[in-house]
Amino acid sequence: MKRRWAYVLFFIFILFTIIGLKFDEFAAVLEKSITVCLNCIGIG
Amino acid sequence: MNLIKKRRLFQIFSTLGFNIYLPSFFKGKILQGNIKGVCVPILNCHSCPSAIGACPIGSIQNSLATLKFNLSIASYQFGLYVIGVLGAVGSLVGRMPCGWLCPFGLLQEALYKIPSPKIHIPRFMSYGRYVVLVLFVFLLPLLVLDQYGFGQTWFCKWICPAGTLEAGIPLVILNEGIRSQVGLLFSWKMFVLILFLVWMVFAQRPFCRTTCPLGAILGLFNKVSLFRMAVDDDKCIQCNTCYENCPVELKIYESPNSPDCVRCLKCVNSCQYGAIDYEFFPKKQPEKNRVQQS
Repeated sequence: MKRRWAYVLFFIFILFTIIGLKFDEFAAVLEKSITVCLNCIGIG
Repeated sequence: MNLIKKRRLFQIFSTLGFNIYLPSFFKGKILQGNIKGVCVPILNCHSCPSAIGACPIGSIQNSLATLKFNLSIASYQFGLYVIGVLGAVGSLVGRMPCGWLCPFGLLQEALYKIPSPKIHIPRFMSYGRYVVLVLFVFLLPLLVLDQYGFGQTWFCKWICPAGTLEAGIPLVILNEGIRSQVGLLFSWKMFVLILFLVWMVFAQRPFCRTTCPLGAILGLFNKVSLFRMAVDDDKCIQCNTCYENCPVELKIYESPNSPDCVRCLKCVNSCQYGAIDYEFFPKKQPEKNRVQQS
């Protein structure tokens, strides 16, 4: 029973990932991650 | 090779693998390439010069911080990609990346080996990571906005010691332009980093246990993930050898799939009675006396 939940959750989150990719979120993450985050380095 | 050595190799290769672009260290710049859009399931700052992936906690905050602005220009990005990746990893293995892949986890284990008096971390402090997750990762970036509708990455800005260590210090040393902008905030972040580094010498994995928002997210999946720990009640005599070897000071026989467990499997290795085991795919039928869930 518990394992069934793991499979269900896994597919729900894969669906989330696909929807996110559909809305171009990969590009949004990429845009931020290739820019130096001033907050991360304690300047911003 | 036993589990302990295997895990150590995993940690070392993962630390090197997720930070493999070493030429960036000589240039004082960060890696810029499409691979950095890939979200990694560990706390590894993407502003580290050699990092090859995106930090999920930084990415979630960025999504929430720009949400209102995005909606006003009809760009519906809710951070589902990052949440989806973390949820999928969590559903499969729970908090296992904390124990096997996270570079900051490796650092904490290394510093704890320094001979010194050791202290325990009270159990209630483990709720701190949920406070950090809800407040600094979700609510503040989403709700505290400037006049243009942008929020800030509050956890990165005020807390994250991994960012200071992996990105702040190298970039301040290597990049003159960045060095010239260092001010009070950098001093604060250095203070937080030093505080955690000192704590790591005296206590086991203090950041993971009290502060890490990624550990808080992945830990929620421990009870339902495919990978799970199991304790055989017939074999377990509650000798507490597992507790003495556990990096998060858990009595696994009380709660085999606790959200605090980083699934390092030290307990499996240390139990001389063979009472503790793990399962991934259901190759074995659960026995009636096997405690799988708490």
